[in-house]
Amino acid sequence: MGENRRPLLGIESLRKSFGKVEVLKGIDMAVHKGEVVSVIGPSGSGKTTLLRCVNFLEIYERGSIRIDGQEVGYRDGDNRQRRGETDLARMRAETGMVFQSFNLFPHLTAVQNVMLGLVKVRRKPKQEAREIAEHWLKRVGLGHRIDSLPAELSGGQQQRVGIARAVAMEPKILLLDEITSALDPELVTEVLDVVRQLAEDGMTMLMVTHEIAFARDASDRIVFMDDGRVSAEGPPGELMAQAGSNERLDAFLSRFRTSHL
Amino acid sequence: MNYHLNFNLIWRHFDKLWQGLVLSLELAVLSILIGAIIGLVLAIWYVSAGKLVRAIISAYVEFIRNVPLILLVYIVFYGIPTVVDFAYSATVSFVGTLSLYAGAYLVEVFRSGLEAVPRGQIDAGKAIGLTPLQRLLHVRLPTMARITLPALSNTFISLFKDTSVASVISVPELTYGAQWINFNTFRIVEVYIVTTIMYLITGYSILFGLRGLERRFRAER
Ligand SMILES: Nc1ncnc2c1ncn2[C@@H]1O[C@H](COP(=O)(O)OP(=O)(O)O)[C@@H](O)[C@H]1O
Ligand SMILES: [Mg+2]
Repeated sequence: MGENRRPLLGIESLRKSFGKVEVLKGIDMAVHKGEVVSVIGPSGSGKTTLLRCVNFLEIYERGSIRIDGQEVGYRDGDNRQRRGETDLARMRAETGMVFQSFNLFPHLTAVQNVMLGLVKVRRKPKQEAREIAEHWLKRVGLGHRIDSLPAELSGGQQQRVGIARAVAMEPKILLLDEITSALDPELVTEVLDVVRQLAEDGMTMLMVTHEIAFARDASDRIVFMDDGRVSAEGPPGELMAQAGSNERLDAFLSRFRTSHL
Repeated sequence: MNYHLNFNLIWRHFDKLWQGLVLSLELAVLSILIGAIIGLVLAIWYVSAGKLVRAIISAYVEFIRNVPLILLVYIVFYGIPTVVDFAYSATVSFVGTLSLYAGAYLVEVFRSGLEAVPRGQIDAGKAIGLTPLQRLLHVRLPTMARITLPALSNTFISLFKDTSVASVISVPELTYGAQWINFNTFRIVEVYIVTTIMYLITGYSILFGLRGLERRFRAER
């Protein structure tokens, strides 16, 4: 993996509090180009907050998050100065995000949802944006539903539009936050298949997931978060093996052993 | 009971009522348009501004909502031109007043509409790299429009009825037309029967028309 290469995403000593409650208590993490890293952990351990800090949907003050060497929320220089809104928008366009609750724009059709960023942020001409959007919607298996409104689509279809909307922007890294947890069980596979395909195509991904089996199969590394810290990490097999010496990890994984594995 | 209904005199002067109705509608349409612009600008300003601006906008809303419309009409038509040396026609003065009045109600409507746009949609807009202005134009306003459309229709219907207040400064709208016929024919019962029916029919037509529009808007989007 070339560990001394600069990571695509480098997180160092990241701390984040909501009011008096510290939610992230010093996170270090690196994701290299082409890597798929899954984040697992009990609910409330700070996984969502971590992802949201990566594209500055949550403001972090302490620690550092760099994408391709650039600090996400702050300008370069000694006095840590917050980026302006336009600058932030430019930074955010480099990361794609797929949400647990889809968050499609309800007044726009599937293809318009995907086109919006291409036209307004990437400044593509309408026709070209449409072709790119259609291409991605076909890739996620929705070539026949491009003109449907979100309300006319199933949860699984909406989430695939969400994925197309994110990847069409050609982000350097894709952030996925429990993208199947809001779905009926029978719709989970169609979404995970799309993610698996993206992984095979070399998309760099940081994904929070409760699908332990999927994480094991599709990721290069798994990070186990507990109470705002990285409690264990490693390639899937190695991480699972650490359960013997890590009580919290063992307790977390045991819930899945009985049901899924 | 020795009052015999006789509508002949009403029909003879019906053009007064008809022209009055047309003017009432014009006053309502102009006021909702100007009021919507006032309301939208102030609502956007409100949600993005600091405490001072919020306080000033709230003061405007509270003032308008707690003063009877008829008093506002007098203040604008008689009061302001007396204090500052500036004259305008009764109709212009009334459109101004009703617009300010509508604006105060619509600030609240639009503000709560803007605040009702789900966080997730705004986050999604941020995540694809939209700037704040782009998020306002392409994410918040379209959703706000859908949320606020019914309230906008209701406001328009109230405004249409409120145009009757313009009669107190002799703007020749529908109620003024009715008063004119009453003074000139003394057929008070007949004229108010006809006028009431005209308000009702027009009000309900607007209601059904707007509800139809809302349904279409919802179906299309
Ligand atoms: N906007 C917020 N304001 C206050 N507390 C929050 C906010 N977002 C998350 N939290 C708290 O931070 C902790 C971590 O939440 P989260 O990152 O969503 O965890 P996870 O995704 O691992 O379930 C939780 O205790 C949660 O209640
Ligand atoms: Mg979460």
